[in-house]
Amino acid sequence: MTSGLVLGIETSCDETGVGIVRVDGDGTTTLLANEISSSVEEHARFGGVVPEVASRAHLQAMVPAVHRAMATAGVTAKDVDAVAVTAGPGLSGTLLVGVAAAKAYAAAWEVPLYGVNHLAAHVAVDTLQNGPLPPALALLVSGGHSSLLSVPDLAGPVTPLGATIDDAAGEAFDKVARLLGLPFPGGPHIDRVARDGDPRAISFPRGLTGPRDAPFDFSFSGLKTAVARHVEALERTGTPIPVADVAASFQEAVVDVLTAKAVKAAREHGMEILCLGGGVAANSRLRALAQERCDAAGLVLRVPKPVLCTDNGAMVAALGAHLLARDATPSSLDLPADSSLPVTEVLVG
Amino acid sequence: MLVLALDTATSTVTAGVVSLPDSGSPVVRGQRVAADARKHGELLMPNVLAACAEAGVALRDVDAIVTGTGPGPFTGLRVGMVTAAALGDALGKPVHGVCSHDAIAREACADRLSGNLIVVTDARRREVYWAGYEAEGARVTGPHVEAPAVLVERLGGFPSVAAAGERADVTGLPVIGPATAGAAGLVAVAADALRAGADPGPLRPLYLRRPDAVEPGARKRVSA
Ligand SMILES: [Zn+2]
Repeated sequence: MTSGLVLGIETSCDETGVGIVRVDGDGTTTLLANEISSSVEEHARFGGVVPEVASRAHLQAMVPAVHRAMATAGVTAKDVDAVAVTAGPGLSGTLLVGVAAAKAYAAAWEVPLYGVNHLAAHVAVDTLQNGPLPPALALLVSGGHSSLLSVPDLAGPVTPLGATIDDAAGEAFDKVARLLGLPFPGGPHIDRVARDGDPRAISFPRGLTGPRDAPFDFSFSGLKTAVARHVEALERTGTPIPVADVAASFQEAVVDVLTAKAVKAAREHGMEILCLGGGVAANSRLRALAQERCDAAGLVLRVPKPVLCTDNGAMVAALGAHLLARDATPSSLDLPADSSLPVTEVLVG
Repeated sequence: MLVLALDTATSTVTAGVVSLPDSGSPVVRGQRVAADARKHGELLMPNVLAACAEAGVALRDVDAIVTGTGPGPFTGLRVGMVTAAALGDALGKPVHGVCSHDAIAREACADRLSGNLIVVTDARRREVYWAGYEAEGARVTGPHVEAPAVLVERLGGFPSVAAAGERADVTGLPVIGPATAGAAGLVAVAADALRAGADPGPLRPLYLRRPDAVEPGARKRVSA
């Protein structure tokens, strides 16, 4: 295997991420830097990420983030052996900033460029914390995606088993948070207030769990509407909203469906490992219930720490490191940013 | 001095390698101009390397970088600017930003005009970006973003003899000079700063418009 140092750039949404990962001859990956510059506060008053606001922030943050990452890792330009970048999926305008920057660094340093898949990178990041990843089932949940993937090999093709048919799980958290008067992004706030609530107080619907529904797809739009109806009914009668109970019951409905489908998918596809990733994987109830259900099913659960679950450059560098180790053919410098890049394409040619 | 010049402020993607002598005009040694492109991100870096190859130099031989900072439609503009910023950082070379309209005006005024010049480029959404220059190429107004009809009205207060730029036609004036910023014009605008070895300062994109974003209003009810 080829060893080396990979610089990874991530700009698929509102985080400008630059990570540096070393891969050794035996394939072991080590995280050396993970710098993140977020524009999340600029989006808060809009209740969601505004692509143009995020794109402008990426342009300003890109070079300083690379500087900080190199300083943190204690490396210089001549130490870098490859540059990896998220080529998609994501917001087209934000992806373009990272892809253009990555091409410039790769060309100037005369090293290979790897344009990689954001979702595959969410899975690859786990190796930085938990070591080599045998074939696994991955559940990726964030504000932009909700997917179940079969990942036999990090550097090889990924098979999508299911995905959301409407809202991403993180989007549902944002919308329900707004309904309850909690700030954006909603995930951490729902998680916090739900700790004082009863998850069984209100029976919210579990989307797509009927016998004839797609077994591994998700739907959170109906749940979001059910929460809104519940809150509005209380408002009409002037009843105070039991915010903690609504948050806990909503959160339970989301994580119940996510973990039940993930465990079922792992068993049906003969996987012994379930890997969590994406911003929603930082949710404490999701982590707890996933652990409980994996234990009961005899599965090993692997969850990176929260800072590696949310979008970051380390995950891109980690996937790049696995590709470099296998001497994968680099991407060409006319690599496009592809907002709807299919997850089956781990490395874009 | 060897200078790499980039501009993606319009639908044209420009990359050129220019020799800047100690005195006199810049000389283009290699240039790639992809006209009417909608693929700035895909074309720019290969074209930079092609321009270097044509000039017979490597990227690392470049002494400085000049990039157009617009005004221009946001997404394309950022490709050139982030590429310039990253190349400068990676090569350890200074990056100078220049107004893309200034570069067009510099080439249009190469032969001294008898009066003012207007530079007009496409801002989409039925508007244009424009700036006004005196005969020797110094900018005296703009850049602005306005409807073509508003620009034509303003010409009354800024009598001009010619117009340049891809939307020069909206002025009704004689059209001269290049449609978009070329490598020679970009380097000419930055020539004094380049020769002086001046600290270029931060790169600032000329967006001229705020992002489209609205703060959410009152919650919509879902119940009937
Ligand atoms: Zn993500």
